[in-house]
Amino acid sequence: MSGPQRAATRPLSPHLQIWRYHVTMLASITHRITGAALYFGTFLIAAWLVALAMSAETFAMMQGIITSLPGKVILYLWATAILYHLFNGIRHMMWDGPGIGFSPKVASNVSVVIYTLAIVGAAALMFVAGAF
Amino acid sequence: MVQLTLPQNSKVKKGKTWPKPQGATNLRSFRIYRYSPEEGGNPRWDTYWVDMDRAGTMILDVLIYIKNNIDPTLAFRRSCREGVCGSCAMNIAGRNTIACTKGFDELPSGEIVIAPLPSQPVVKDLIPDLTNFYAQHAYVQPFLQTATPTPEKEWRQSAEDRAKLDGLYECILCASCSTSCPSYWWNGDKYLGPAALLQAYRWLIDSRDEATGERLDALEDPFKLYRCHTIMNCAQVCPKGLNPAQAIAKIKHMMVERVA
Repeated sequence: MSGPQRAATRPLSPHLQIWRYHVTMLASITHRITGAALYFGTFLIAAWLVALAMSAETFAMMQGIITSLPGKVILYLWATAILYHLFNGIRHMMWDGPGIGFSPKVASNVSVVIYTLAIVGAAALMFVAGAF
Repeated sequence: MVQLTLPQNSKVKKGKTWPKPQGATNLRSFRIYRYSPEEGGNPRWDTYWVDMDRAGTMILDVLIYIKNNIDPTLAFRRSCREGVCGSCAMNIAGRNTIACTKGFDELPSGEIVIAPLPSQPVVKDLIPDLTNFYAQHAYVQPFLQTATPTPEKEWRQSAEDRAKLDGLYECILCASCSTSCPSYWWNGDKYLGPAALLQAYRWLIDSRDEATGERLDALEDPFKLYRCHTIMNCAQVCPKGLNPAQAIAKIKHMMVERVA
């Protein structure tokens, strides 16, 4: 076979199948996932406001859903997504603005801090809001 | 485009397990990617047992041990064996690096998986086809470009300006960084990748170069530069300790500054 034809039959080497994740890589994909989750959260706010506008009964029903256990779990995940996206967004600004935080060690440590802040912060928010 | 799974012809099948060497006490298993264009078919994972007391100290030594003592058909690139040529770049235990400077003591425990640089067409075994990678490097024109007449003796540069090239000129073109980057995996045909962009920045900040505007123009589109999402895999794996992610951020800065 000539060059280009052979090239077309060449296998593609494995990528995600073999990669051992860095925390910074995980942080990057989490930023994208939480960003998408925030669209879903905005839809929840809209649903809550529509229920408020409709009638006292629909609003009470919506409140019932939100304060149920699955509702609280969704609220907690949503709060985690917001906080994560916020903190990691600030980190992106540090990268793009002053251009700091690029060394692999610092970037890895900051990623762990952001995960911790998001998870603990969301729990604190729920606590302050009286969810438990 | 994002494609999380491998194409049908690229799925890696279970291969053979080669016999353990006789009389060895310090054995370790290595699972190595095998593909032969002559045999065709799908790539496979072969398992080799290596006598670590006789194999040297680096992963490249392991590969040479296998080639000499177990399976002479195993193909891999290597040349300088001391981290300056960049030939033996591959994926070792899930991370890209050059095999000649990766010591046994740096490995995680358990079986070590060795594969070619990720998401590249495979020529044979651990040898990827890096034509695209080199073409991207050529695209950024990694050489001095000037408009002023060539000086009689040399292009002068102050010590401070020369220091700006530290951390950039050391790149050995091993392709560990570019092939570690998920953005490059999905858009390697349009995104230039960390190695080429680090090289682009090396010429952008060279005080002697006079083609800065043209160089920035050549990077100005949605893909070539801006597909970098600061995933940081490039800086995490670079065997020379360079930081392409930071260089890319500095190019983005130059882009903004020239408009402002």
